[in-house]
Amino acid sequence: MGIKHFFSRKKSRDIAKDRLKILLISDRVNCSPEMMEMIKTDIAKVISKYMKIDTQSMEIQISKTGIKGHDSKMPTLYANIPILDLHNK
Amino acid sequence: MSEVIVVTSGKGGVGKTTTSANVGTGLAAMGKRVVLIDTDIGLRNLDVVMGLENRIVYNLVDVVENKCRIKQALIKDKRHPSLYLMPSAQTKDKTAVNPEQMVRMINQLREQFDYIILDCPAGIEQGFKNAIAGADRALVVTTPEVSAIRDADRIIGLLEANEFKQIDLIINRLRYDMVKRGEMMSAADVVDILSIPLIGIVPDDENVVIATNQGEPLVGNNTLAGKAYQNICYRVTGKEIPFIEFDKSVSFWTRVSGIFHKN
Repeated sequence: MGIKHFFSRKKSRDIAKDRLKILLISDRVNCSPEMMEMIKTDIAKVISKYMKIDTQSMEIQISKTGIKGHDSKMPTLYANIPILDLHNK
Repeated sequence: MSEVIVVTSGKGGVGKTTTSANVGTGLAAMGKRVVLIDTDIGLRNLDVVMGLENRIVYNLVDVVENKCRIKQALIKDKRHPSLYLMPSAQTKDKTAVNPEQMVRMINQLREQFDYIILDCPAGIEQGFKNAIAGADRALVVTTPEVSAIRDADRIIGLLEANEFKQIDLIINRLRYDMVKRGEMMSAADVVDILSIPLIGIVPDDENVVIATNQGEPLVGNNTLAGKAYQNICYRVTGKEIPFIEFDKSVSFWTRVSGIFHKN
């Protein structure tokens, strides 16, 4: 293993974390990663009508930890969508 | 006032039985009256981990079927006078017992014991349902591996659906050297993913295997795992014992190795 390869390699700890995060979302809501991907694409499509967004780095996830003031067990959909340009393209 | 604790994990082989044996023994060493119940019907193991396999006459299924009194099925521990084991049946299967029968038996045991610890079988079927039926709180055991964490998450969901008020996490077989190299999830990573309170971290320690070989729980002795289990016992009773700096586990192990009671 070359030294370059050694530094560029993603640690298995991070791989495990990333895999689990995606896996548990679909386990918890009983919907497949494919379906999550479809939801993500659809959200991106709608937002893109109004502003320029970074679809590559946008993230969506369903979390069990609810918003303040709500029932703590209510699942919540978080979307993290970086906006590249607020003005309509 | 007694407390009924179920030790569960979903996945098999992550250390439920070892945890049950050590937590039970540790609590008894503090002078608490403890009964360990092996609920894994057909695959009993808690008796061998405790080193009590030669003393079994009656078992859980006999009690439930009214073939004997509860007292007859309780095996007194060799080491601690306030510790008892109720072994499981080896020749029956999970369907020999139902949740209502478990609740009835546990309610009878509550009168005589401070802690009733249920060693849950792997899986989420009948055996799991039997084990959680009479419990007040749960200890969820996992290892820092993808498969075990996934199953633990499923179990936590089921426990929450069954309205468990207190669910605590035990991370077993953590290897600090691997965490340091970035090749194993840290305790903080696991807590972050499962988002339930952490009650203990047990390092991967060959002494656990040695203790199991001998049928002697290692809680309270001078090994890393023995100390970790001791701390879990204190925390189960409500005492606040600080954690070793698990969130900084990338570099801490070399600095604070051996300091378990760090303030």
